[in-house]
Amino acid sequence: MNLYFFKAAMAAYLCAAAGYVFYLLKPEFKKGAAASLSFWLSSIGLVFHIAYFGLRWVESSRIPVTSFFEAANFLAMGILLVFIIMELRFKIPAIGSFMLPLVILLMLPAAFVSGDIKDMNPVLKSGWLGVHTSLAVLGDAAFAFAFIISIMYLIQERQLKRKRMGAIFHRLPSLKVMDTLGYKAISFGWPLFTLGMITGSIWAESAWGAYWSWDPKETWSLITWAIYLVFLHLRTIGWRGRKMAYLSIAGFVFVLVSFFVISRVGTGKHVF
Amino acid sequence: MGIVVVGLSHKTAPVDVREKLSFPEAVVQDALRSLSGYDGIRECIIVSTCNRVEIYASVLDTVYGVEQIKKFISDYHKLSPESLEHALYIHRDDQAVRHVFRVASSLDSMVVGEPQILGQLKDAFEIALKTKTTSTIMNKLMKKAISTAKRVRTETKIAESAVSISFAAVELAKKIFGDLEGKIAMLLGAGEMAELAARHLLNNGVKSIIVANRTFERGVELANEFRGSAVRFEDFPDEMIMADILICSTGAPHYVVKYDDVTQALKGRHHKPIFMIDISVPRNIDPSVNKIDDVYLYDIDDLQGVVNANIEGRAREAEKAEEIILQEVETYLNWERSLDAVPTIIDLREKVEETRTRELEKALSQMKGASEEHKRIVEALTKSIVNKIVHAPIVVLKQSASNQRSNEIFSFARRLFNLDKELKSHRHERGFGRKDGSEEP
Repeated sequence: MNLYFFKAAMAAYLCAAAGYVFYLLKPEFKKGAAASLSFWLSSIGLVFHIAYFGLRWVESSRIPVTSFFEAANFLAMGILLVFIIMELRFKIPAIGSFMLPLVILLMLPAAFVSGDIKDMNPVLKSGWLGVHTSLAVLGDAAFAFAFIISIMYLIQERQLKRKRMGAIFHRLPSLKVMDTLGYKAISFGWPLFTLGMITGSIWAESAWGAYWSWDPKETWSLITWAIYLVFLHLRTIGWRGRKMAYLSIAGFVFVLVSFFVISRVGTGKHVF
Repeated sequence: MGIVVVGLSHKTAPVDVREKLSFPEAVVQDALRSLSGYDGIRECIIVSTCNRVEIYASVLDTVYGVEQIKKFISDYHKLSPESLEHALYIHRDDQAVRHVFRVASSLDSMVVGEPQILGQLKDAFEIALKTKTTSTIMNKLMKKAISTAKRVRTETKIAESAVSISFAAVELAKKIFGDLEGKIAMLLGAGEMAELAARHLLNNGVKSIIVANRTFERGVELANEFRGSAVRFEDFPDEMIMADILICSTGAPHYVVKYDDVTQALKGRHHKPIFMIDISVPRNIDPSVNKIDDVYLYDIDDLQGVVNANIEGRAREAEKAEEIILQEVETYLNWERSLDAVPTIIDLREKVEETRTRELEKALSQMKGASEEHKRIVEALTKSIVNKIVHAPIVVLKQSASNQRSNEIFSFARRLFNLDKELKSHRHERGFGRKDGSEEP
């Protein structure tokens, strides 16, 4: 399996990240050409990424989401997809300045493990595989979006409080916009994540005969799910701002741990 | 004779002193008339804004003139002259011209480059024109100040990104609230600057203004102007719950908005953020309020910091601006010097003419038998001798008008021809300082 498309996607993302960071740090370039160029690069990168994903699917004749390499790749693709959709809708290039570096960071570990196609346990061969992982990844991607927005919120909030405005002050959107977007992302991601858990448990029942077996990944996901539930609840009773940004970041830390740590070192069904 | 500036600004005097010495717009005309009645004051303009109170005057003697202006200020505001001594700064002649140009170009402003001061200066000039307390000197000075300010604005970037405090406030509000559509602002105290900020906020989409002023009537008046509502000053802690933006400028010497007021209001607001702007000096909002979550408190220095950070290469642009000011001061002084030649020449002409006619009459009275023809010849002779003698000095005077040392030359000419006695009466009646203002528009 050649990695040409994978490498092309990675290169496009790197260039896009550089462009977005330049855009963020140089507010004196008013037109923001760097931002629109970076948006195109991200989109092209995503096309390569999807092409690679499709080729790999064809080659292994199943959806390529089962090894660590494939899962990380799939998550990065999901995050990029959510970013592109949000960017088309809201047009806040500053998000890209944080999002693209995050995507690259997520793809880096994948670059250090074997990309070889491995055989998978025949008991898991099921249509549920694609549905469960796609839903979970889309949920995680939305949480990643909220995480990025929350970091930006905290930076901007800090600048406003301390009255020390760096160059990025002008590029970052208003607190209100970020607060709302973070909430939107989570209220969109949480139901997907929930569905991911439900489909996973249905699939588990058909594969192993039990809906829930306190596998470490299941436990961590349940905690993650609960954190975002608390977030949504607090939000409806009027909480907002800094504390909610911290909560959203905490939620995503659980996502990351469950994805990159539990899947690697733990025991159970989700270990790659 | 010369130009003087007597005044005080945010740089030299705290707001309570500035307030005591200010001339509200309604009384400026009256004050101008009173000031022009003082001895030796030929032309005058009063500039009174919330950041500065300045008197520009053309006077017969710059030392005596300053004394008279100080006397006027202490008389008018019923203050002891000693109490003024520390607060006032004084500029004379070229330094005075430079100061006026710097003020007009907004180099002396609290927020350097802010555009409001030029408008305020124009207004002050307008009022003085209406009151007819200006003439050639002040008219030229002000016109030159305005054109200098325009030059500074177009040739440097000082004004480009700069921006008054209220502009900075709106920018910050947008970074907190997104857009200001539907937001409610509250004015605590009704100073000129608070009013300006409120107007700016309204232009940017703020829905309504609540005014809480110590004198309720004034609050109502202001609220009507903004189509807002007025509340009693004592009620502001409760009314604050409504306010997304609070602008405070009460002029009180202590904290008016306390920590507990704000925590209380925030609970009522379900922790919706509140942006507080304290433009009072000394401050009226307890600075520790900024520590509360969802509260963003900016005092006047903070706002200025924001504005300054906005302006890149400000120091370099300021240097450029100062250079322009120097050039313009020089051209103004050249004009003023050329003006000095005119009265000296007039004095000289009249002096010799007077001598000529006196001596001619003496001679003619002794020439009883002479025919009309001969008398005419003698008269023509005296005229031609006198003209020939004064021609060279007049040419020199005219030429030296733009010379740096022209003042020395003029005073030397006066001494040489013994013109000084006549000089004063001239200046009053026929010099360039006509009080009727008919000479210049």
